[in-house]
Amino acid sequence: MATVITNERLADGVYHLRVEGNYGGEMGQFYMLRAWGAYPLLSRPLSIHQVNDDGVEFLYHVVGEGTEIFAGLTPGDNIDLEGPFGNGFPEVEGKVALVGGGIGIAPLYYCAQKLPGSDIYLGFSREAFRTEAFRPLAAELTVNVGGLILDSVDFTSYDHIFVCGPHPMLKAAQLKGFAAETAGKKPGVYLSLENRMACGIGACLVCSVSCRDGQRKACADGPVFLAEEVLFHD
Amino acid sequence: MINLTANIAGVHFKNPIVMASGTFGFGREYGKLYDVSMLGGISGKGLTLNAKAGNPGVRVYETASGMLNSVGLENPGVEGFLAKELPYWETLDTARIVNLGGNTLHDYVLGAELIQRDAEARSLAGTTAVDMIELNISCPNVKEGGIAFGVKTPAAQEVVRAVRAATKLPLAVKLSPNAEDIAEMAEMCQEEGADAVSLINTISGMKIDVRRRRSVFNNLYAGLSGPAIKPVALRMVHQVAKRVSIPVIGMGGITSATDIIEFIMAGATVIQVGTYNFMNLRAGSTLVEELQQFMLAENISSLDEIRGIV
Repeated sequence: MATVITNERLADGVYHLRVEGNYGGEMGQFYMLRAWGAYPLLSRPLSIHQVNDDGVEFLYHVVGEGTEIFAGLTPGDNIDLEGPFGNGFPEVEGKVALVGGGIGIAPLYYCAQKLPGSDIYLGFSREAFRTEAFRPLAAELTVNVGGLILDSVDFTSYDHIFVCGPHPMLKAAQLKGFAAETAGKKPGVYLSLENRMACGIGACLVCSVSCRDGQRKACADGPVFLAEEVLFHD
Repeated sequence: MINLTANIAGVHFKNPIVMASGTFGFGREYGKLYDVSMLGGISGKGLTLNAKAGNPGVRVYETASGMLNSVGLENPGVEGFLAKELPYWETLDTARIVNLGGNTLHDYVLGAELIQRDAEARSLAGTTAVDMIELNISCPNVKEGGIAFGVKTPAAQEVVRAVRAATKLPLAVKLSPNAEDIAEMAEMCQEEGADAVSLINTISGMKIDVRRRRSVFNNLYAGLSGPAIKPVALRMVHQVAKRVSIPVIGMGGITSATDIIEFIMAGATVIQVGTYNFMNLRAGSTLVEELQQFMLAENISSLDEIRGIV
């Protein structure tokens, strides 16, 4: 059982949760969280926004019953955490771009801390949030509201590109990676997938991802996958 | 001293808590969180003869006190299991149950034969890795086979008879709550030489996305599990236990020691824990401890004292 330090509203339906305790975790890994008893049944996976000596932080968007309950948490409340789980972003060298869409910016803050000097691209559909926290960590910060943030990223200028955002954005990033390869520069494009999951540890097979080498698990083999490995069916 | 042990066809269960198929992988993932050898047993992820990719689209949806799943038996196939998972199972000190599904009668028989052959080879080498087969004739999430075998007794009888002939391993048959007559189905399993019946599998259910005006699941229907189905499961275990003399493995929505006691009082020999593994990743170790405490507090020294007393 852990204790909530703060749970701050950043934008419409978007919250920044800080939890006290001694936690670990790598870039792109996640925790399974629950702040209730038996119902809702399942814990909710949230990616690590930041880990430090004070505890662990998450950004989340209220989309259903579970995150609705998270939104009601106040300092001192109890919350259960299991993790860290999953394979996150790799430790890389070279020129890096971090590209986040909406709540997909959540895991990129920790990446920005671990990979200082990266170019950071943050896109939002209606309202920007948390952008100023990223600014001191970025070589260059690009923020876009209402457009397509991927349009701002030249995939041929980077060695590695980390992307987290909605499904169509991930698919578009994969295509841009392929196009860059055709243009003679092959960046390592890594996508952080967000799938429904039940257990979070690789046992339930709810979060299966179709990959070139067969079915893989978003929770245990991912959530981060090399873009070229993923087969997008829709 | 509290005696938690149970025995089914010579297979020893150190306690009545068995992890249900489809919710526990092959134990490896949970083994990173706690010592899974403390469990009574593990029923592995449902296997089919050939590897399956499972169902596309949404695979799980929460309901009131339950969960619908449409995983569709994604699994590595019997040979994939024998090659990749058995070495891990060899290291475990718990009852290891292979859950075997199939699309056709032929699939079930070939799968059982492969497992039998592996068991014989291991037996010659002085090792074991599979203690029991749990025949799944009741998966609601595969288009061919699966539940079709689990609804009508004559269809089920053909499968049970053929698999019984194909393996000497202790055989439990996992029954569907969607069976036309689950007690009759259990009697048939007993007559055909099954060593136990396990019940219930998930209940066929549905969820409609009203905005998109369609079922949330590509397969239309999905399997309901979790606390929502416990009263139904308990009633069926009670009904079946009164009708057969072979052991009953009871399951459906168990999340506490008192739930376990209810199933034992209804006549179950051991129980299985499914959806609770997702609610509490340490469900197994939590329940073993809770059950001991409960029995101590209630002055129950052995499960035999209370089994089937209702």
